[in-house]
Amino acid sequence: MSEGLVTVSYIAATILFILSLGGLSNPETARRGNFYGMAAMALAILATVLGPQVETLWPVVTAMAIGGSIGLYAAFKVQMTEMPELVALMHSLVGLAAVLIGFATYADNSVHLAGIEKTIHEIEIYVGILIGAITFSGSVIAFGKLSGRIGGKPWLLPGRHLLNLVGLIAVIVVGKLFLNVDSGVSGAFFLLIMTGVALAFGIHMVMAIGGADMPVVVSMLNSYSGWAASATGFMLGNDLLIVIGALVGSSGAILSYIMCRAMNRHFFAVIAGGFGTAGGTTVSSAGPQGEVQAITAEETAELLRGASKVILVPGYGMAVAQAQHTVFEITKLLRERNIDVHFAIHPVAGRMPGHMNVLLAEAKVPYDIVAEMDEINHDFPQTDVAMVIGANDIVNPAAQDDPGSPIAGMPVLEVWKARISIVMKRSMASGYAGVDNPLFYKENNRMLFGDAKQMLEAVLTALRAN
Amino acid sequence: MRIGVPQEIHAGERRVATTPEVAAKLQKLGFTVAIQSGAGVGADFSDEAYRGVGVEIIDDARTLWTADIILKVRGPEAHPALGCHELDLMREGALLISFIWPAQNADLMERLAARHATAIAMDSVPRISRAQKLDALSSMANIAGYRAVIEAAQNFGRFFTGQVTAAGKVPPAKVLVIGAGVAGLAAIGAANGLGAIVRAMDTRPEVKEQVKSLGAEYVEVNYQEEGGGVGGYAKTMSEGYQKAQRETTAKQCMEVDVVITTALIPGKPAPKLITAGMVEAMQEGSVIVDLAAEQGGNCELTVPGQVVKRHGVSIVGFVDLPSRMARQSSQLYATNLLRVLEELSPKKDGVATVNMDDEMIRGATVVNAGMITWPPPPLKVSVASTPVNGAAPLVPPPPKKPWLPARARTALWCVLAGFALYGLGSAAPPAFMSHFMVFVLACFVGYMVIWNVTPALHTPLMSVTNAISSIIAIGALIQISAPGMLLTLLTGFALILTSINMAGGFAVTQRMLRMFRRSE
Repeated sequence: MSEGLVTVSYIAATILFILSLGGLSNPETARRGNFYGMAAMALAILATVLGPQVETLWPVVTAMAIGGSIGLYAAFKVQMTEMPELVALMHSLVGLAAVLIGFATYADNSVHLAGIEKTIHEIEIYVGILIGAITFSGSVIAFGKLSGRIGGKPWLLPGRHLLNLVGLIAVIVVGKLFLNVDSGVSGAFFLLIMTGVALAFGIHMVMAIGGADMPVVVSMLNSYSGWAASATGFMLGNDLLIVIGALVGSSGAILSYIMCRAMNRHFFAVIAGGFGTAGGTTVSSAGPQGEVQAITAEETAELLRGASKVILVPGYGMAVAQAQHTVFEITKLLRERNIDVHFAIHPVAGRMPGHMNVLLAEAKVPYDIVAEMDEINHDFPQTDVAMVIGANDIVNPAAQDDPGSPIAGMPVLEVWKARISIVMKRSMASGYAGVDNPLFYKENNRMLFGDAKQMLEAVLTALRAN
Repeated sequence: MRIGVPQEIHAGERRVATTPEVAAKLQKLGFTVAIQSGAGVGADFSDEAYRGVGVEIIDDARTLWTADIILKVRGPEAHPALGCHELDLMREGALLISFIWPAQNADLMERLAARHATAIAMDSVPRISRAQKLDALSSMANIAGYRAVIEAAQNFGRFFTGQVTAAGKVPPAKVLVIGAGVAGLAAIGAANGLGAIVRAMDTRPEVKEQVKSLGAEYVEVNYQEEGGGVGGYAKTMSEGYQKAQRETTAKQCMEVDVVITTALIPGKPAPKLITAGMVEAMQEGSVIVDLAAEQGGNCELTVPGQVVKRHGVSIVGFVDLPSRMARQSSQLYATNLLRVLEELSPKKDGVATVNMDDEMIRGATVVNAGMITWPPPPLKVSVASTPVNGAAPLVPPPPKKPWLPARARTALWCVLAGFALYGLGSAAPPAFMSHFMVFVLACFVGYMVIWNVTPALHTPLMSVTNAISSIIAIGALIQISAPGMLLTLLTGFALILTSINMAGGFAVTQRMLRMFRRSE
């Protein structure tokens, strides 16, 4: 295949990739979009393999066969609750690949450049490896945190901002030295030092971020993996890589922005790490006092049966308890009785953007009764029962009422405006943000204590009973 | 311990202090329960129903009264059939839980003390948040409010809801509710449910929101004074306010068809809000339901216990509205009593102990082992009305002043970006610049496309972008045929990694997207 044909294939692939992302605007077209993505990828790979730069086929076929089968195995094995972990792990692979390709490009002395072109090329390699390394180590730590292998609490070193600054200066200084040496062993040495610093920086950055901020981190790493691909594109002078990297990069950046907005936090505050420690007021001075009113599963079923409009608010607790299937059984039963049931999803419910939607979809909940926060918030006053399943901070009225609260200003689901709200909770412990929730003490709120799955099973049994 | 539930002997009283359902729960707390034969008949609970849940049925009142704990609705009074006072039947040192109204019944209090009894008055439960579940006054007021609307509809000769029929148009009835307490709010809800236009008046401005939330208009009295007293009850208002209130009421009375009054001030006779003149000014066929009839009535012409017609207006002065819905009110009252007993026997061992250190129990206990303990020391804070009492006033932190106005900041960014681009353009080679242009354009395309993605698909978006970011494999492919074993190894490994991503990312996205479905 000639260079021209390869380029034409790349153009076609680019268009298909853009269509693939555009398809996600609607669940109807999303599946077709995914096929476009696969076609684009196949086209791009084939064009490259058949193009002039690939001479031996066997390493390509072997490597792709090995990698492909591992990937497919993982994709069909993974539980939907583990999606955030899987995505984080995959980001780390892109990061590592970017590092490897960066080193390979540097080691490749078949290209000869001089003057400013050489400097630019080396900067591209340097930056590519830097982003790749941060993505890699950050994603590995994010994977550890999400899968519970590393504790969810922020891990704050003394003087961590100073440490980050020292790291940044080190990266710049080493970069300067790297540009000054002729390519060869000493250059590789500087590259290795920088890679070490970048890896440490990635670990440190994600370790300092608390569990509730994980959706931001996951989407941020998503963004980084895109920028890593883009940097590789610059390094190799390949426009396809640049374009796709930029698409992925901006996608992740927008997701991070949406997540930050949903928590009323600044992006830099999230990245700087540590929740509730920077704001000064850790816990509101006027801790709500009062007694909660507990109810049983049977009484819950009674309330649900008597309602004409019900909104369910799922949170990470539902995912942990694997209760989504029971939730759907209850939904089905209520809908058969002509009770209007909707789901309200807060943007940061769960551990990654859109996590709850996927879980509910897995449990066969039709997507047209699953609504976003902005769509459904004004419906609560007309709702008879709002049921909160394993969520806490996203339904905390203190975010609106108490300016001293650490989560003040965060948009929340206004479940307390429903006639009755029911909160399912394991115990009275506070949420990830460590903030007490005045909702529990409200007059029209009831608490249903216990494991979400067991309690929902009991509610389902009681509903079926008559 | 043994619980006895006697038949209510007060004339016209149909309620009963426990229902079969609650009796079963009392037994779960470890108590044994006995009920007088026929006690539940007025509330449509047969003896068989009680027997069915293991309650002992006792014919003789004297035997029944020997129980350790007596649950009643009305306070004890002279027993006409036995010719003695009910308290004379009670065992010394026993526990009585019922309505007592200690302020009005000094004689009853003396008798209780003389019997060395302990008495918990359901009317004296303090108005604090955690005592809501045993607040029998509220549960009875709720029923009274609902029933008031039913009585009004009974005496009102027209539809409540407006209709347009072939036989002409019917305007909706206008209902005025005076006093938006528990009963008033229940009346608002019930009248609204029947389709009437509902207005409400109250001296406490904080109830305005509750009134509106039930779909009624809040009628403002044009006078500045706060009417909230201790514990969420109303207080007596100043002369000037009362005058303004009378004028507003009189004006409203001329307009509305039904007036429901629920205004009460604790320990005082009911305020006279509706004068004979106002009744005269009302349209013929209108109805007044006076829920304060027992305390003298809010209307001057009310006759307690009766329905009278004055100036063509029916004035309903029933004092037994909860008893007129005996099954419902018995059920709620019995549940309130159950909550009391739960508090008294936290260990669920069937032993009730009165803990005078508990603010809630202390407030409701009017006689403790023969000692009169009423009135209780005043509650320090009224939790129900002011939730954040005692805490330092919360002042929102002053918003941070930006060091530059927004427009100047935008301008500054533009200038900085311009310089950066200038620097880049003057130094970088043309090959780089053409790539850079592609990069910037791609960022914009990404920005446009991604904002259109529905939030429900954010997880598939992440996995598909993850899959397509393995386009980085092309970088590995370009290098894989370069000379040198090290290069082949490095790029081969990179290719394995990206292939995992590629296959896994697309497959898992497909798996997720297949799950999204519409409702059939």
